[in-house]
Amino acid sequence: MGDRPYLLPVSTAADLLPKPFMEWFAQRGWSPRPHQIALLEKAEQGRSALLIAPTGAGKTLAGFLPSLVDLARRPKTTRRPGINTLYISPLKALAVDIARNLETPVAGLRLDISVETRTGDTPAHKRQRQKLAPPDILLTTPEQLALLLSNPDAGRFFDTLETVVLDELHSLVTAKRGDLLSLGLARLRQLRPGLRVVGLSATVAEPDDLRRWLMPQSVGAPPNLADLVIVKGGAKPDVTILPTENRIPWAGHSAVHSMDAIYEAIKASRMVLVFVNTRSQAERIFQELWRINEDALPIALHHGSLDVGQRRRVEAAMAASSLRCVVCTSTLDLGIDWGDVDLVVNVGAPKGASRLAQRIGRANHRMDEPSRAVLVPANRFEVMECTVALEASLTGAQDTPRLRTGALDVLAQHVLGMACSAPFSAEALFAEVTSAAPYAGLDRESFDRVVDFVATGGYALKSYERFAKIRAGKDGLWRITHPAIAQQYRLNVGTIVEAPLMKVRLASRKNGGPVGMGGRVLGEVEEYFAEQLAPGDTFLFAGLVVKLEGIRDNVVVVSRTHDEAPKVPSYNGGKFPLSTYLADGVRRLLADESSWTRLPDQVSDWLRIQKEASVLPGANQLLVETFPRGNRFYMVAYPFEGRLAHQTLGMLLTRRLERAKLRPLGFVASDYALAIWSLGDMGAAFARKKPALGDLFAPDMLGDDLDAWLAESYLLKRSFRACALISGLIERRHPGKEKSGRQVTISTDLIYDVLRSHEPDHILLRATWADAATGLLDVARLSDMLMRVEGSILHQRLEHISPLAVPVMLDIGKESVAGSAAEEIIRENVDDLVREAMGDAFADASGMGGLPTGIPRP
Amino acid sequence: MIFNQHALKVPAAEPRPAEWTIAGTRLTLTVEGGLHLAEASTLVVADLHLEKASAFAARGQMLPPYDTAATLKRLAALIHRLRPARVIALGDSFHDRGAGARLAEGDRATLTALTALTEWIWIAGNHDPEPPNGLGGWATSELSIGSLTFRHEPRPGRAVGEVAGHLHPSARVVGRGRSVRRRCFAANGERLIMPAFGALAGGLNVLDRAFHPLFEGRAFHAFMLGVDVHPVAGQRLVGEERTA
Repeated sequence: MGDRPYLLPVSTAADLLPKPFMEWFAQRGWSPRPHQIALLEKAEQGRSALLIAPTGAGKTLAGFLPSLVDLARRPKTTRRPGINTLYISPLKALAVDIARNLETPVAGLRLDISVETRTGDTPAHKRQRQKLAPPDILLTTPEQLALLLSNPDAGRFFDTLETVVLDELHSLVTAKRGDLLSLGLARLRQLRPGLRVVGLSATVAEPDDLRRWLMPQSVGAPPNLADLVIVKGGAKPDVTILPTENRIPWAGHSAVHSMDAIYEAIKASRMVLVFVNTRSQAERIFQELWRINEDALPIALHHGSLDVGQRRRVEAAMAASSLRCVVCTSTLDLGIDWGDVDLVVNVGAPKGASRLAQRIGRANHRMDEPSRAVLVPANRFEVMECTVALEASLTGAQDTPRLRTGALDVLAQHVLGMACSAPFSAEALFAEVTSAAPYAGLDRESFDRVVDFVATGGYALKSYERFAKIRAGKDGLWRITHPAIAQQYRLNVGTIVEAPLMKVRLASRKNGGPVGMGGRVLGEVEEYFAEQLAPGDTFLFAGLVVKLEGIRDNVVVVSRTHDEAPKVPSYNGGKFPLSTYLADGVRRLLADESSWTRLPDQVSDWLRIQKEASVLPGANQLLVETFPRGNRFYMVAYPFEGRLAHQTLGMLLTRRLERAKLRPLGFVASDYALAIWSLGDMGAAFARKKPALGDLFAPDMLGDDLDAWLAESYLLKRSFRACALISGLIERRHPGKEKSGRQVTISTDLIYDVLRSHEPDHILLRATWADAATGLLDVARLSDMLMRVEGSILHQRLEHISPLAVPVMLDIGKESVAGSAAEEIIRENVDDLVREAMGDAFADASGMGGLPTGIPRP
Repeated sequence: MIFNQHALKVPAAEPRPAEWTIAGTRLTLTVEGGLHLAEASTLVVADLHLEKASAFAARGQMLPPYDTAATLKRLAALIHRLRPARVIALGDSFHDRGAGARLAEGDRATLTALTALTEWIWIAGNHDPEPPNGLGGWATSELSIGSLTFRHEPRPGRAVGEVAGHLHPSARVVGRGRSVRRRCFAANGERLIMPAFGALAGGLNVLDRAFHPLFEGRAFHAFMLGVDVHPVAGQRLVGEERTA
């Protein structure tokens, strides 16, 4: 079958490429690359294929070449008008970029082929025209595909479709958008049974996952795989860890100690991308670089919270080669070619080998030359992580995540879309949905519950029958009950639930008068960030130190300050947990003293002292240290499973320690370790086996303890909000009343509380739980770890803090981690009341009120 | 000093309500969000918004149909604990005019039993100018007891002795790198605004301009509902835009 990877094509270019194409290649001094020919051959055979190739290999042209050849052979007058090829990319901007790139061969070959984009920005009249007179090649996004498929004439619209090209497939499949796309693809296959699908992807850990994703699956049958075409990577990247003369910090993420060295690297290069993990880190480093920018090099800043106009200006300046350096977050990770980058600097922890490889690939888009990259660890644990990641980048090791299980909230959205398109039979739609790889394991009962959810909310209490959105008729087919339902669907399609954002506006202050609103917009911050600020707090934004004046009408109003050091900590935690691959590497590095020669002296000395003062765990052990400090007792564990999993673990352990009467007071989690402190002597208790450490860390904590904690977890409420919006329980927009993401008509927290207490096994709570388990709580990762270390927990009782414990202990008080008891925060505000109440606050309250007696407990 | 990021819960104790005096009348502000006038043996609850979920369902958003049951359960528990002779529902007891017709049988029975248990007064609200038929109790647009006047919508300007609802006050405080938002009573010595009692009734920050005509600047307290009722001075509160 098509199982054999095609490294070399069987046919030659001349067999497959018409003469004008050969000449066009020759004119440009090119010859068709083997993988381009291989894809042509796949197309001739009508086979679907996955192309894995590094950046700069001419991947996109390879994807389109078969369609161009096919269309060139059949002039417009001889073929039925309609869409021949559908191209889908994760980014609007990428679709637009590709359309521009396709113009070159289309014009050069004088092909009579129309190429158009269709995105959220496409004006209504153009969309309408596209429906009546579709282009030969349509470039679009997953959301637009869903919209097109929900249309009653979807069948006619896609009637001539031959090929679907999916760009950046490795990135598409990792999120709910990928689920939505897989369902859209299943529908396209129903409409066009012989459809050819081509996936274009960067190197991944499990190519077979993506090959399966591209093809229709059938229950009980062996996986159906697309053919595979691999382009072996070009030159090995030239990656180093930035050496530093300065002291490597124990903790923190700002890498200030390396700023001079980074600046020297910028001076020695044409164009440098400095990648960081968070917006606040980007702000900090941008500020630090400008502090020492004596040559006034053009250094710019780029992250997702900046004003769009500002970002476009930076991108244009990059393309025009008028910048020397851009400090950026993952916003520049993907696809688009913004100019001649010759060095990538990655500050902080890489978090994943594949992630790092993609960032490194941003330097130098010619695949035969090595990409140059420098890793800058910001603290000692990051030195170890960078060492492991560097080796991975040399051996080409990959750690992209496995395929996800299709989300039920996305399925609900799709079911409604399909009902908008045409009446459906549950039987047939179930078969179609389970042909999509992410939903191949879906059982019929869950599917029926989703349909029921779409119809009436799916509640055990059947009180909404008369309000049903879809209803099965006598013929057994489900159809929408009113045309307005389709209108609602179209306004709410999509799976990207942005964290609610608030605009940040610079205040205009007129001659010491009150702060006005008239200043310019600097960009947007996530609501959760704005929430932790009180007026007067200073923080870094858009390269400035700004002070919060207040929040008015959904706008964060700030003023410039001359403070050098912002008060609000510059690190809010990375979004990406440490990959299991890197975590494993760090644990092995730690365990094997002979490998420490790869580490800088400062770090290997630190580990040696740890070995003398305490102990170093074996690669499969979990080290738990206990020691007294001040009037408290500490426990520090080193699971290396990432902050999210550690936070969940911290929550669960403190519940157990509470029950063991050890009176835990709090905890802090980093990517590498977890520290808990208590009034009771945990070390003595573990030594007496009351409780034994093995029991404390027993995997059964993921049962009742987890349930009990989740009942009040704000993290789960955040996941629920996304599920409620995606599934259509709550509308983002209502016809005639265009609501922004923030202004949903009702609080999803309240809905969550009611639903959880009355119908805890509701399908939407199941979807929420599935999200949280792999996302914000990372329970899956925690569970794997607890199983792994069962029976291999190493308890080290110490008199003092150990060297290895210092980094996480330094995080205490610095990292603001949500999860503190709300009641305590309110009480702290009440404390002040006593003083305020006794003072002048009551003088103007007309003297008729008494003092409040709700005095807090001491 | 050690900053306790993940402070744990204080061991459970009896929830503590707050005491407050309006226009000379002593009041108890309960953790559930009810107002108890012990001397007049009267319980006041505001903005129940019964059948809010089904009102949304009728427009295509299938919210869980359990809000009425949840609200009534909390109300019944409060009535059984305090045993008042009189209950005042301070308006917007029903989410819309069609709410009565949508009441589930069981919820209707619970509600009828409650209104039979005590003297029951429905104050008219903007969502429910008249209460549904056949549920017991009697209706009025406002009511005075001693120095206090009970009405749904607060009057702008000074209003000595007014107890009103309508605005769904909530309050927000910031600390330890996060913020906490709770429903609250808002009161100075002259007047009091009740929190919404309904399970799905949202909140409006007490610093919103809708409250400006009611209090002099920040010279009021927000009594935030938590395990206890926490009185927080207006000056300590943090604002936000409309979320109701």
